[in-house]
Amino acid sequence: MDKKKKYQGRMHGLQRELMERWYRKLHEIYEQDRKEAVYIMISGNPVELIRAFDMEPVYPEINALQLAIRKQALPALLKAEEMGYSTDNCNYVKADVGMFFMNSPTSLGTRIPRPALILCNFVGCNTYIKWFEHLAEYTGAPLYMLDIPFMRYEKPTDDDVNYVVNQLKEIVKILEDITGRKFDIDKLREIVKKARIMEELWAKVKNLAKAKPAPFDAYFDSTTMMGPLYVYRGTDEGIKFFEEAIREFEEKIEKGIGTVPEEKFRVVVEGPPPYPYFRVMRDLLARWGAVAVQSTYSTVGGIWEFGFRHDENDPLRAIALHMIEANLPNRNYLQRYEQIKRYVKEWDADALIIHGVKSCRLFSCGQGDMREFFIQDLGIPTLYIESDLEDPRYFSAAQMQNRIDAFFEALEHKKALSKS
Amino acid sequence: MKIKEIVKKFEEKIKDIDFKELREYKRDKGIKIFAHFPVYAPHEIFHSFDILLLGLNGAGNEIEILHADARFGSFICSIVKSTMELGLSKRLDFIDGFFFTGICDAARNLCFVYKRNFPNKEVIFLHFPQNPETEHAINFLETEYRRLIKILEDVTGKKFSEDKLRESIKIYNENRKLQRKLYEIRKNNPDKLSTYELYTLIRAGNYIPVEEHNKVLKDAIDFIPEREAIKRDRIKVLIEGSFCEQPPFELLKLLDDVGCHILDDDFVIGRRLIIDEVKPDNNPVRALAEAYIKKTRYLSVKHSGKKFKSSYFIENVKKLNPEAVIFMYAKFCEPGLFDYVLFKKELEKEGIPYLFLEFEEKMWNFDRIQLEIETFFESLIFV
Repeated sequence: MDKKKKYQGRMHGLQRELMERWYRKLHEIYEQDRKEAVYIMISGNPVELIRAFDMEPVYPEINALQLAIRKQALPALLKAEEMGYSTDNCNYVKADVGMFFMNSPTSLGTRIPRPALILCNFVGCNTYIKWFEHLAEYTGAPLYMLDIPFMRYEKPTDDDVNYVVNQLKEIVKILEDITGRKFDIDKLREIVKKARIMEELWAKVKNLAKAKPAPFDAYFDSTTMMGPLYVYRGTDEGIKFFEEAIREFEEKIEKGIGTVPEEKFRVVVEGPPPYPYFRVMRDLLARWGAVAVQSTYSTVGGIWEFGFRHDENDPLRAIALHMIEANLPNRNYLQRYEQIKRYVKEWDADALIIHGVKSCRLFSCGQGDMREFFIQDLGIPTLYIESDLEDPRYFSAAQMQNRIDAFFEALEHKKALSKS
Repeated sequence: MKIKEIVKKFEEKIKDIDFKELREYKRDKGIKIFAHFPVYAPHEIFHSFDILLLGLNGAGNEIEILHADARFGSFICSIVKSTMELGLSKRLDFIDGFFFTGICDAARNLCFVYKRNFPNKEVIFLHFPQNPETEHAINFLETEYRRLIKILEDVTGKKFSEDKLRESIKIYNENRKLQRKLYEIRKNNPDKLSTYELYTLIRAGNYIPVEEHNKVLKDAIDFIPEREAIKRDRIKVLIEGSFCEQPPFELLKLLDDVGCHILDDDFVIGRRLIIDEVKPDNNPVRALAEAYIKKTRYLSVKHSGKKFKSSYFIENVKKLNPEAVIFMYAKFCEPGLFDYVLFKKELEKEGIPYLFLEFEEKMWNFDRIQLEIETFFESLIFV
């Protein structure tokens, strides 16, 4: 087997195809200078509303992570640092800004269109606010700050939901002005319905990882699936993609094929991936037969495996609810502990791996306390490792390998003892 | 002499991370004490319930971080860690409840880590709107304040009174007015009031009842005219960036020593964030909400709406006309460090010199920073 493609199946090929198609579509908008691009963020995104106006979403995070995964991020980061951005600032933002000022093409050689609207879906991540404030200043495009009340209790209040719905109505007006088209609620309903179908499929995918061995890695492969999940949510292509993924994974389950020759450890991973060393990290875990069966990162755009769905009968309210309660960044830290706790139990994991990311304080601030909780209070073996999601300068392969090896050696020993 | 005495008294209070006087005060008066994390809190609401709201400002270099480092990892600002350490070392065990808002990702997570580690304390999180353009933001913040009121009713067993809140707003309007007055005095007459003195007088308000603080500020204002001026050459500067975590006292003193004539700064800004009088006519809760949305100075942790924050910043610079701007940011302060890039861009357009400095609570060597400021000033004078 081609060593480079050892983890790849049909899903990966389809994903690549879909993402390239999206980049080409964006390039076309750029070339024809059409006012159709809406910049939004991944977390708890309201992509359905944008699609209802036939606008195309641009996710700066995807641009940034594509650069990192293709090992092209460093020049953009250096450019941003030269402009005055601190080494301690979010490296996603820096890569995106650096790329903008270098006027460089995407990792595929295509161009990103200028925004017709910068729509900041502020769902917990305060850096989003800064990111889009900066893009608004640099591009001169109009900015709407969609303010989402943070999850400070178990469920959103009526005041929370009404506040968001009222803002969504203001955005509808803005999009009507930009496109010159009247808002069609039936069209939105149709898109929201397709989103719901896709969410059903995605939830099923996630549940397939409960199989032993798991047919895909719920950290690395889920990250791959997140592209279509956000770019194509609410479309037929998106539905087809997940139907195909389910087919592939069910076949693997039937044949008892996992993602490594022998699945020895089932882990839950918390934190964004080290994109510049995505493959290196995967290899380090695969050597131990460690497979992620769930991950928190795969829920930044939405948590659907616990039952949340968009409801087409009340589409604006559904979008509001999704943005408030059904995505990881807008949920509080202790709710994340509960999410992980459920993952470990229901997906029958042996351990938790926390990947602390220098760039992202939303994820990493407090992960020491999280580790304390899982080890001391729940007795779940927990490994804490640290690098970055964008900056290749914060990754030490040798150090990472040491920590991972030591952890799994101990875990293996523990397993052997408990068996005997 | 008098101001020196006042400053000395409060200097000790500010540095006492065991809060001895506050503990005694609580015991004597039998009151509830809450503590808030920076930047802003609606003090008036707490005051209307006779709750003393302590303003947390980290622990400077007075505390040894024994436990908090392990909770928060490497790339987190000092104030988050020192605030956690204050809690874990039981120095805040006399506090009845804590108040947080979502100023940044680190502070927000700290709130919930606090909740887990101190399950017997009331830990309150309020969502402050980030969309000042929509009329719904004021409505929303009013509902948040009403939720706070409900919690405080439960905690104190007292009924909320609009009249009491109106009274509290008046007292805080007076407090903000006096703070502004002192700032004016330093701006116009730095020889009579040093930055370190002004800072101590303002920050004192974080530890004492507002009525007492008003008296302290009034006394200071009265004493200033008779003070002897300490004349020296100074460079007019504006300081920007220390709106949350506070620079070490040594660094503040150093600003005086190297000859800064500070026209404005944002140290402990939360206490004077609202720049206009709050008018508590019909609905005082709404008046407070409206003041936060509409009547505040620009702030790195608050989205400014259609008009860019950098525009507000440069307007302030042009109005005050300093010779230079000194940016002073806490290490790892994401909101501040981001704004810096846009702010400096405006200064470069206008040809106004600036200096970038970073600090941490645990700094102990100030020679390098002193040299940086002095070299910068020399470049202004001689180049």
